[in-house]
Amino acid sequence: MKARRKWSLTNTFLNSPKFVPYLFVSPFIIAFLLFYLYPMISTIIMSFQEIGFGEVSYVGLANYEKLLNKHYLSALMTSTSYTFWTILILIPLPLVLAVLLNSKHTRFKNFFRSSLFMPALTSVIVAGMFFRYSFGENPQTLMNSLVGLFGIEPIVWLQNSTPAMIGLVILCTWRWLGVNIIYFLSGLQGIPDEIYEAAAIDGANRWDKFRHITIPNLKPVIIYVLTISVFGGYKMFAESYAYWQTATPGDIGMTIVSYIYQVGFNNFEMGYASAIGITLLLIVLIINLIQLKFFGLFKKEGE
Amino acid sequence: MVYLFVLILMALFALLPFFFMLVSSFKPGAEIIKNGINTKIELDVMSFRNYFILFKESNGIYLDWYKNSVIITGLHTVISVFLCALVGYGLAMYEFKGKNLIFVLVLVLLMVPIEILILPLYKLSVLLHIIDTYAGVILPFVVSPVAIFFFRQFAIGLPRELLDAGRIDGCSEFGIFFRIMMPLMKPAFGAMVILQAMFSWNAFVWPLIVLRTNTNFTLPIGLASLITPYGNSYDMLFSGAVASVVPIIIIFLFNQKSFISGLTVGGVKG
Repeated sequence: MKARRKWSLTNTFLNSPKFVPYLFVSPFIIAFLLFYLYPMISTIIMSFQEIGFGEVSYVGLANYEKLLNKHYLSALMTSTSYTFWTILILIPLPLVLAVLLNSKHTRFKNFFRSSLFMPALTSVIVAGMFFRYSFGENPQTLMNSLVGLFGIEPIVWLQNSTPAMIGLVILCTWRWLGVNIIYFLSGLQGIPDEIYEAAAIDGANRWDKFRHITIPNLKPVIIYVLTISVFGGYKMFAESYAYWQTATPGDIGMTIVSYIYQVGFNNFEMGYASAIGITLLLIVLIINLIQLKFFGLFKKEGE
Repeated sequence: MVYLFVLILMALFALLPFFFMLVSSFKPGAEIIKNGINTKIELDVMSFRNYFILFKESNGIYLDWYKNSVIITGLHTVISVFLCALVGYGLAMYEFKGKNLIFVLVLVLLMVPIEILILPLYKLSVLLHIIDTYAGVILPFVVSPVAIFFFRQFAIGLPRELLDAGRIDGCSEFGIFFRIMMPLMKPAFGAMVILQAMFSWNAFVWPLIVLRTNTNFTLPIGLASLITPYGNSYDMLFSGAVASVVPIIIIFLFNQKSFISGLTVGGVKG
């Protein structure tokens, strides 16, 4: 009898129309409060503090003033130019490849699609280790023998900033090319054939079709890929860690997140590291808001 | 013809690293450190020794990493997909106070680089005593805004009449979810399982911070630990890398379609 009443109690509780929706969304509410909101507030507070061993003192904007040093500026530069180059390569190249893979005339489509996607399955560390040792300074390493084919002298890849950036961008291109191709392919498949046929009747050539049909129709996908690339670019850390760990000679390859890691976990300057984190958040938000405004994503198409 | 040439070139760019990775895994570690990865295939210096070290001589440390990765990926994927499906479904199906606020928060979180929270999350994990545990790796990221968003977009397309039909038949709200809606959401589950599993198998930054003991490492952290200047475990570098990649590639080759649709179903609408 007792057990039965208990059962019916929980049953009405679980079915009360007022309460049930909250049960469904409760995992998010709990995770939001505990793992997002609390750390967020905590990192903002920490950014105004100096945190020593056991003692904490309020230091106003001192952590933010500290940002004007060559390490931070160099990390900011590295992250910015990495983001810039990855976007410059990882939007047009996969777009063109997706168009090729979508064409009726292309053969072995499945093979190409799968092989181009395969690198995305490797962890950054595995990919990073491979490229780290391919970019060795010896003349016979993979990359140096490759540039050797074009008559270029062996390059000291990972110790100079320009070749190091090339190395990072190659790693990123290798891992993400296939993923972006898939995004664009799925967008392409949503464009009806009739539009192309109509354009062909009007005498449009391949380039006209690409410019006036493909690109405008793919705009939502392009904006999506652009947005995730800005995030991906600015929070890059593992790639740089795989190449240099935390000891980057002359800050080569040190990104904003590597700088946070270095300052926070190696130097234990938690307050300063938090201030760096806040700037990263602001940078990413500002770039994306500008970008979304510019491309008009706020005018959302109906769901 | 030019098309095919371009595609072949790109396929080579994608596949050759796997080939050289495999070749290097048979060379002595010292040789790799000295000469880097190169195009030479010298059968006389190549052997299965590295694989032997990996599984036998290393006292099973590699197998520990493997086990940790498998358990963490399994738990993380199952729990996270289940919880996010509940939330996404709840947001799509019910009207309640605060619903819009919660959805806006999900969207905002999509825009917060989680990397800026690693310090406070670390402090929190110390307080919760979950440093160096599976729970520590999994808990902070188990509810993912991306997956919630995805499930919500998918569930919005489900027929609401089924909800009423289920109620009339005396099914509880959770009964409706489990017995009627979940089967309908199968494609969404398939896609999210694959994406979450890929994400958690390859996760790096957070596990690097939470995991402290060598035997608790996941594969990426373990492999990264081999590169330290203090280690003499270079022999395991590439055999370890190959052994960590091969299972996923096999799974991928058997499920290519779902992998690829996993990426396309959700991404585009964002």
